[in-house]
Amino acid sequence: MTQTQSISFAGGFYDAPVAASHAFRAAMTAMARPGDIKVIEGAQPPKGLSVAAGSLLLTLCDPETAIFLASDVDSPELRGWLTFHTGAPFAPAEKADFAIGGWEALTPLDQFKIGTAEYPDRSATLVVEMPELSNAGPILSGPGIKETARLSLPSLTEFQGNAQLFPLGLDFFFTSGSQVAALPRSTSVMAED
Amino acid sequence: MTQEFAVDDRQGWLSLMASADEAKLTRLWQDYGASPEFQWLRAPEAGGVMVRGRMGGSGAPFNLGEMTVTRCALTLEDGTVGHGYVQGRSKAKAEIVAKIDALMQTPVADDLRSRVLTPLAQARQAAKTARAAKAAATKVEFFTLVRGED
Amino acid sequence: MYVAVKGGERAIENAHAWLAEERRGDTSVAELSLSQIREQLSLAVNRVMAEGSLYDPDLAALAIKQSRGDLIEAIFLIRAYRTTLPRFGATLPVETGEMACDRRISATFKDAPGGQVLGPTFDYTHRLLDFKLAADGELPEAPTAEPRQEPTPHITEFLQGEDIIQREPVSEETPGDLTREPMQFPSNRPLRLQSLTRGDEGFVLGMAYSTQRGYARNHAFVGELRIGRCAVEMEIPELGFAIEIGEIELTECETVNQFTGSKTEPPQFTRGYGLVFGQSERKSISMALVDRALRWEELGEDNLGAAAQDEEFVLSHCDNIQATGFLEHIKLPHYVDFQSELELVRKLRREAEERTSEQLGAIAAQEAAE
Repeated sequence: MTQTQSISFAGGFYDAPVAASHAFRAAMTAMARPGDIKVIEGAQPPKGLSVAAGSLLLTLCDPETAIFLASDVDSPELRGWLTFHTGAPFAPAEKADFAIGGWEALTPLDQFKIGTAEYPDRSATLVVEMPELSNAGPILSGPGIKETARLSLPSLTEFQGNAQLFPLGLDFFFTSGSQVAALPRSTSVMAED
Repeated sequence: MTQEFAVDDRQGWLSLMASADEAKLTRLWQDYGASPEFQWLRAPEAGGVMVRGRMGGSGAPFNLGEMTVTRCALTLEDGTVGHGYVQGRSKAKAEIVAKIDALMQTPVADDLRSRVLTPLAQARQAAKTARAAKAAATKVEFFTLVRGED
Repeated sequence: MYVAVKGGERAIENAHAWLAEERRGDTSVAELSLSQIREQLSLAVNRVMAEGSLYDPDLAALAIKQSRGDLIEAIFLIRAYRTTLPRFGATLPVETGEMACDRRISATFKDAPGGQVLGPTFDYTHRLLDFKLAADGELPEAPTAEPRQEPTPHITEFLQGEDIIQREPVSEETPGDLTREPMQFPSNRPLRLQSLTRGDEGFVLGMAYSTQRGYARNHAFVGELRIGRCAVEMEIPELGFAIEIGEIELTECETVNQFTGSKTEPPQFTRGYGLVFGQSERKSISMALVDRALRWEELGEDNLGAAAQDEEFVLSHCDNIQATGFLEHIKLPHYVDFQSELELVRKLRREAEERTSEQLGAIAAQEAAE
């Protein structure tokens, strides 16, 4: 019993205040500059989750943020690890503040909270695990982008639809290895020409 | 190597140490004289927990206010995991508690119990009893002066 | 016109340096230690913990020292510190029926099981200044008697047995937290109690007193008042079970209120509830009275238009940090706002004068014409 315990508990931030600050800076910059790819690390999550996604969840989640684990990443090890390091409760998709998984497993998007007119912030943030991230593909424009940017998004129409909901809608992080990029609801997405 | 222990036993020692007097716990731990090799799973951190009460003492819960708590978790070289949750903001106390929690799952448990936990429990009981004895001395003994029906 | 001004850094720095010196006072007098404040001004410490909404006597003592004994300033410091703490979770509801009571009295039942235990109370003192305290003195030890081993039952349990008192609705629903979600009206009882327990003692006392004086009178008796220590338990997810994470001192007051019945409820006794960190007797009784007054709707009573029945009025004004923040900000520079006010008043004055002189001119012209 003790052995498996220590396995699922290891891999948190070594020096939490400093590591979490670095990770938060990366997450914030990624969200403020949609399309920019940043390095985010510090956590060693159990197998099946990227360093970037693990570091992001340890930075953003606490006992008051409900997490939805999509079927492709859900495992007892990951649950134990997140519970120990964040105390965050697990919830079904429609109640989640954060959702994590591959693109296929997270769709359809309409199962997630998009906020209310009074509180647009009461919406879900999706952490989408990707095989890789690159500055290629659909064209992004909007707040935080000087002219245009490009990001290898897993889809086009879903993100266009999400931007239509503004000021409601979902926000996205994309993670791969130790890289993170983001797409807030305020960004317009166009097909590459 | 870890050995079997009952959950309510572990509940008992963690609960005892959480509100124990830090000076006393530190002294007993130093006198015990162990300094096991360990690695942090979670370095000590101070935080708050929301304390809840019940409406009318028996009804639905409500939030009363927070209290400070410090926690940590570590693993001994043999893989035994120890957790420390203590009232207040002392990281040193949380560390001692986590080490004792881990060692209580190993063969030194009996020795550790008799040299640290038992004296701690006795001190706690003595403090409780002393307070209760003072309270008991302020209990009102009514006596009747005049009975109306006479 | 908007004029941005800058300056005052040196003045501010020097003011803070002087503040530190004044806080220390005459250096030929020994400096207060935090443990002295914690141990000897414990009711001030309790108030700062209750209204600062953070149970930590050492921090409260530090705040009192730093604020030179200004308790609202100390509460402000604690509230600010509180927001920097990561929240590990919430505890199980404290079981006040298990309290190790220092004090437990009932104004309704003389012979309640567990008895009337006075504890370290100011009641029955003559409120005469004790000049012996002005000199250091040896203290006689408090007498002791055979300690009670078993927990002391709640008084309301006896009334409940007879079914003559309102029962508290039982639920395990997660209560709202006003430190996380802004208060919205109408609110609910858990939020009202959270708001009242951290509310200003003076304000809550004033509201409670207003109900006694007839503004939504609710005929309260102190069914029970108890002060003592309770274990605090929390579920630890990584352990898979709950442990005690500490012990806190609490004051609990349950009022029993006469109630002749309403359209929806039969005649019975109703209840008000107060639960406060530390030994905070006045506050917990006040809280119970105000809680009861705010339950008028639930009990089908009439809205008498009293302040204590108006939850928006009570809850929006009971927080002394919100109140003092808004109140004290008006002493900070408002040069530009005031400049525009000044311009406006001058202009109105000018116009009024012009009108007057025009009228006078018109009257003079008329008189001349006649």
